[in-house]
Order: sequence, then C-alpha cells, then structure tokens
Amino acid sequence: MGERGYKHERRQGTERRLSNERHDRIREGAVLITGISGRLGRRVARRLHRYRQIVGLDPKPIRGLPPDVEHVALDPRRSQARQVFRRGDIGAILHLGVLHNPGKGAEHHTQNLVALQKILEYADQFGIPKVVLLSSANAYGPRPDNPQFLTEEAPLLAGGAFSEMRDIVELDMFAQSFFWRSPEIEFVILRPANILGTVRNAPSNYLRLDVVPTVMGFDPMIQALHQDDVVSAIECALAPGKRGVFNVAGPPPVPLSRAVALLGRRTMPVPYSLAKGVLRQAFRLGVTSFPAPELDFIRYVCMVDDTRARRELGYRPAYDLEATLRSVDEERWVA
Amino acid sequence: MKRHNALARLSDVAGPSVLPLVGKLMGVARRKADEWTRRLLGDDFEDRVAWLRARYEARGGDPFGLDPDVAKSAVAALAFFHRMYFRTETFGLDNVPEGRALLVSNHSGQIPIDGAIIGTALFLDAQPPRVVRAMIEKWALSLPFAATFFNRVGQVVGVPENARRLLELDEALLVFPEGTRGINKPFSQRYQLQEFGLGFMRLAIETGTPIVPVAVVGAEEQYISLGNLEWAARALKMPSFPIVPQVLIPGGQLPLPMKYRLYFGEPLRFGGDPQDDDLIIRDKVWLVKQTIQDMLNRALAQRAHLFY
Repeated sequence: MGERGYKHERRQGTERRLSNERHDRIREGAVLITGISGRLGRRVARRLHRYRQIVGLDPKPIRGLPPDVEHVALDPRRSQARQVFRRGDIGAILHLGVLHNPGKGAEHHTQNLVALQKILEYADQFGIPKVVLLSSANAYGPRPDNPQFLTEEAPLLAGGAFSEMRDIVELDMFAQSFFWRSPEIEFVILRPANILGTVRNAPSNYLRLDVVPTVMGFDPMIQALHQDDVVSAIECALAPGKRGVFNVAGPPPVPLSRAVALLGRRTMPVPYSLAKGVLRQAFRLGVTSFPAPELDFIRYVCMVDDTRARRELGYRPAYDLEATLRSVDEERWVA
Repeated sequence: MKRHNALARLSDVAGPSVLPLVGKLMGVARRKADEWTRRLLGDDFEDRVAWLRARYEARGGDPFGLDPDVAKSAVAALAFFHRMYFRTETFGLDNVPEGRALLVSNHSGQIPIDGAIIGTALFLDAQPPRVVRAMIEKWALSLPFAATFFNRVGQVVGVPENARRLLELDEALLVFPEGTRGINKPFSQRYQLQEFGLGFMRLAIETGTPIVPVAVVGAEEQYISLGNLEWAARALKMPSFPIVPQVLIPGGQLPLPMKYRLYFGEPLRFGGDPQDDDLIIRDKVWLVKQTIQDMLNRALAQRAHLFY
C-alpha cells in the first residue's frame, strides 16, 4: 500500500516535471508559422516577434516583415521542410497555411490535407509540444434550424452542402482525430467567426463591394471579428496549458443589413433563384470567386458561442462592432 | 404684367378658400386617427415602446435579432385584432412572474394567431409590459420575408439551445407542447388537449423557470377544420394541410371573429433532475396539462356566448 502510494507520487512528480519542461519550451521556444506570407500571417508575425522568436515556413516570398523573422521558403509537404521541425528550438506550430480558393477545389483539397498531415506528423515525431490550427466557424454551416449560437460540440455540417467548405471541415476533423492519438501535444483548434479587415477573405471582400447584394427577404444575424482580435485569440491559444477546440467571436451580432448600413453602403436585394443562377454562371466563367451554394451564408444563421474561449483562454475582443466593420476599408491599397 | 395661366388661376382659388378646408379635413382625419390609435394601443403605448427599446439597448441589442421598431409596428397591427376583431379579454395577467417564465398554452386554430394574441396582450396590457418570445418551425425560416419578419419580432427557431438561452436572458418564453398536433386538430376535438411533448418540462427544471399555464378560449373555433390532408402537406412540404371549407367563401379566409379569452394561471414550479426518466417527467407534464384542461373546462362552462 505504502509502496504503491510512493510510486504513484513519484510518477506524478515526473509527470509534473515533464509538463513544466513542456510549458517552458512552449513559452520560450520559437513559433513556427506556416502560411506566414498571407495578410493574417504577417499580422500575427508582427505582433508575436516583439517577444517571441518567429520562424516562417511558406514557399511564397514575403515582403514587409520585421528583419528578425526567419523565413524558410519551403512547402511543408517537401521533405526538406522536415529539417525546420527537427531543429529542436521550435516550441509551437501555428498552422495558417490553409489555402482557401474555391476555384481550385480538388487540387487544393489534397494539398491542404497532406500539408496538415505532415505538420502533425513532425510535431509528433520531434516532440513539438504545441500546435494551433486556425479553422473557421463557417465549418458548422449555415442552416435555417441552427441554434442562434453554436457551441464547439455542434456537428460540422458545412461539408455536405458546400463542396467548397469540405476542406475546412475535413482539416478540422482530421486535426481532432490527432487530439486523441497524441495526448502529450497541446493542441488548439480555433474556429473564428467572419474575420474582417485588410485580409482578402470572402466576408471582407463582400463588405468592400460598393453596392452589397443580399438575398431578397433574408437578413440573418451575423458575427464579425476584427483581424487583430483573431491575432489576440491566437496569442491566448499559444499560452502553455491551453488545449481544445474554441469558437472565437467578436462584438455582439447584428443583422446583415445593419452591418452594411453602418459601413455607409447600400444593399441590393436579389431574389434567391436569380442570384443563384447568376452566381453559378459567373463562377463557371471565373468572374467571381464566390460559389453559389455559399449564398446560404447570407440567408441563414451561422453564429458561434465563444463562452469557452472567454473562460478558458481569457480571450476578449478589443474592437467594437463599428471599428470591426470599418476595418475592411483601412489601407485598401497597401500591405 | 399679370400672367393668367391655369396654375396661377388654380392657386388663386385654392389659396384663400380651398386650402383651409383641406387643412381642416386633414386635422380632423389626424385627430380621428390619433383617437383610434389611442383606443387600439392605449395611452401609454409610446412608454411601452420606450421601455422595450431601453431593455434591448441596455444589452447591446438582442442577440436573436429582435428589432424594437419592427416589433412596434407588428404590435400596432395586431392591436386591431386584439382589441376589435377578437375583443380579447384577459384574466390573471398578474400571475406572470417577473424574470424568466415559461408560458405553456393550448394550441389551436390552424394558424398560430393564439400565440400572436398572447404576445400582444402581454405587451399592451401587462404591467410592466412583457415581450413574449416564441419558437417557430424551421420551415418558416426558409421562407423569404417571413424569415426576416419573424426574427425581427423576436421569434426564434425551435431548438432546445435557443429556448435555454432565452430563459437565461430572463425572457418570457411561450411554448405549445401540443405542437402541430394541437394546431391542426379538427373541429370535433376542440378544447381537448392533445398529447404534450416532454421537452418543456426538462427545460423548466434545468433552468429553474416557473411554468405559467395559459388557457386560450376562442381560437379553437376560428377555423372550422374537418380534417388534415397529410399527403398534400407532404407534397407541399408544409407542416399541415387542413381542410377548412370556409376559405372558399369570400371573406372566409379571415378567421371567424370569435371572442378570445386568455386565462393565465398561477405559476407552477418543478424541481428534480432534468435528466430523469421519461416516466417521471411525464407525471409532471401531466400535472401541467391537467391544470390547463381544468382552466379550459371552467372557462367553457362559464362562457355564455361564442361571439361575445
């Protein structure tokens, strides 16, 4: 009895020491950022480099980064990329290198999954104690019978109706299965609501239109999230000891029409069937990057409850609704 | 030099003599309209709207999309039905407690006017006013315009998560545990409560919400339904397709102008484990159902006439 108790104590002690070591490494090691050349990637790097060493892994050339950020111009899928993970000073991986370009569906699909698979494999192999994946709240999918605020337990249904959303759903699920296989790695999946700002994503591009088309008779509540608040959420997620899936939302939601009005723009309501037909043709011709099934995002609700992120990560959005919306018009032609 | 064109001549005539008349008529019309508005909406309508606006502004807007301005117009329109058409009489409004409350009512009448009238009565007649939130079918939310309208007047899609969240925001939530079984029932089964769902009881226990039994008398006769065509409902993807002969008569599309009587019973409080076995929950639900059936029976016995 006594001996078992002693052994138990000793094992607990070892575990504690190991977890302390792991936490030190997460805190002091370098952050490896994939997809650093994107607008969001550069924003994260600019914030983190003040107190962390940053290694960027991205095949694309990058401009406008602080000089102390190390850039490795490699695709994570290439075998040479292994060297970067192997060097031993990496404390955390931040995976932003998910390609969202619905135009090249099938091609990107395999690229995205293989890249994530490689990164997770290396993390496991070289004992990198922390991995953060930026997923999306859109993975839940807009539906007329969605609860007003979806929690992290809600099923990811976007893949069924939107082949273009299949990627993000599968990446998210693939990453979740990794959770269970490698419990010693602190793994965080962030599912942010519509990110707005100078980024070139669908919601920001949509709100940047001079006249914003909407679906006639529909005006769902939407959530917007400032790009710098996403960076804050990533910072929270990189802290040692945090693990799990977290929704991230910004200021309180508003009806879509109100968001457009706050930006001082006009809406142009279009009947659903017409909008669908036009978009389908335009998409086929390559005139727009907005696929027709994604019209449901401006028809039905797809909002998330971020109570868990606020409670466990200590995340708080810093920007109010107006500032968040206005950010789509900032520095339109630079960086 | 004076130009006598048609316009000038018209203005000469209109100037001194006609315009005051028009102005006077306008004044009379406006006064009449004001008077009618006051009769319909009550003297303190603006105060009630201001209260509504303040309540939701204090929270940074309603997360479910309720818009006080749209709700105000909807109540103003419904006030006609509430005061003139159905001449609603309410009993026991004081029984609705402050804070969260679950209003449980009988459901009838082919189209859910009963819910709208309960909402209007609680907004116009209760002191202080209450906003009633109700749950609607997801079918209604896939219809253009209807989806937006229902949302702006505070209706939410009927999923348990939404109900829980509304109660946690201390709202008054109206539920019809009979569901479509109640609203579609034929005339021969009027005022006989159909089977109750169990979800509302689990919700009330879980959130510690008092249940206010509500009996609606009048709505069950507004459309005389002979039955329900299930195949037609399925083909049209509608929740139901009642056979209502009166809609073939001109003007019969409107519900019959029955007298509505709303009875609010004393709040019932239930404890225990919300995850209890169905059998235990069913006993508690039976108690609520029996209370409402008793209220209905008593009200029907007292009712002297269908229309007044």
